[in-house]
Amino acid sequence: MSFTQNNDRYHRQIILKEFGETAQQKLLNAKVLVIGAGGLGCPALQYLAAAGVGTIGIIDFDVVTITNLHRQILFSANDIGKQKAKTAAIKLAEINPEIQIQVYNFQLTNKNAFEIFAIYDLVIDGTDNFATRYLINDACAILNKPLVYGAVLRFEGQVGVFNLMDNTTQIKTNYRDLFPEPPNPLTTFSCNEAGVIGVLPGIIGTMQATEAIKIITGIGKPLCNKIISYNALQNSFYDFEITPVLNSIETFPQNELEFLNFNYEWFCSSKTNVSVISIIDFEELRIKEKITIIDVRERNELPLVKEFDFISIPLNELPNLLASIPTDNKIVFFCKSGNRSLKAVKLFNEKQPELIAYSLTGGLDAWQQFNNKN
Amino acid sequence: MKIKILVFGQISEIINASELALLAVNNTDELNKKLFELYPKLNEIKYTLAVNKKIIHENTPLNHEDVVALLPPFSGG
Repeated sequence: MSFTQNNDRYHRQIILKEFGETAQQKLLNAKVLVIGAGGLGCPALQYLAAAGVGTIGIIDFDVVTITNLHRQILFSANDIGKQKAKTAAIKLAEINPEIQIQVYNFQLTNKNAFEIFAIYDLVIDGTDNFATRYLINDACAILNKPLVYGAVLRFEGQVGVFNLMDNTTQIKTNYRDLFPEPPNPLTTFSCNEAGVIGVLPGIIGTMQATEAIKIITGIGKPLCNKIISYNALQNSFYDFEITPVLNSIETFPQNELEFLNFNYEWFCSSKTNVSVISIIDFEELRIKEKITIIDVRERNELPLVKEFDFISIPLNELPNLLASIPTDNKIVFFCKSGNRSLKAVKLFNEKQPELIAYSLTGGLDAWQQFNNKN
Repeated sequence: MKIKILVFGQISEIINASELALLAVNNTDELNKKLFELYPKLNEIKYTLAVNKKIIHENTPLNHEDVVALLPPFSGG
């Protein structure tokens, strides 16, 4: 793809002497993959499309809900219930009809990651869970793809660039050099539980787009081997220099085969000592015997589940309602991605240690994925 | 000897402040031990340590007026 001299669309950035037509042509030739069309993905996508990144891939299997709208600004009230990746693609085509947009309307897994990543020059991580973050990191490390990382919670955000060699020091780092092992999911929170101020992912996602543009065009100094922490309440930035972990190779898949055999869900939940049940075993169990199924999501969360009966007890109400849970059957707690349900089992078993309770691994996201395939 | 400690994310809730100072800690192992005594909840979570903005992975000696930052992972998007 090449832009024409009389294309006014990019005029204001082309007249920047550091940028010029050369950088614009590099953007138009570039292929960027954005994983997650959420709080981080929306602003990143908008700016990358507007700036003229020639090919943009969007991976997201989720649908728009009303609780997304305060921060996921590509979506409007009319989009509730629609698929995020497709809806985002339509909006981006309105912003810039001159670029190519590729939609991947399914969940990223270690089975499909290599094939998709291979197409792109750079990956932007806008996901919302640790299992996917480690998966993206490892795939990018093995494929040697620059990865622009961002994460938010409450009023704080982190942004950094991984797998980009610092030419002076010859050092290249990644997420495993920052956080070698995932945290115990019982001690971490998602935005669903802990909240996030709407503008924060706007700031961090826009910084991710900025880093992507700098890396592609070669202007400025990318956040190589660095992570920046931003606090919106204090209006403060703090940067960290990342240094390589020398023994990280022990837990880190080193090639495609090891990557394919690496169980990221397990890796991120194995240290909890909470009983879990896989989707396959859950499907078998609920046919074989009478079980009590409990949804610990908030009451307005999508998707609605019609395929089996369940009781709805949002996680924050659970401590007060533990006594109301029937105890004559095995219990399966579920949520969207399998994190809150781990906390629910822990709460339940503290009160009722002799009863069998499981957390549905991967949550409804994994359950839907499984049922779409079968 | 005085060490300044900056904390991020959920750690600021555990210690109920965004920074604190510790006296007489000679290295990062001692610093962690002291923090765990003062704030037992810190023991339950994972965080990365940086000394004067540089992330460290092993016990590191500390000097007067060093700044140690405690960064926990979070995954929201």
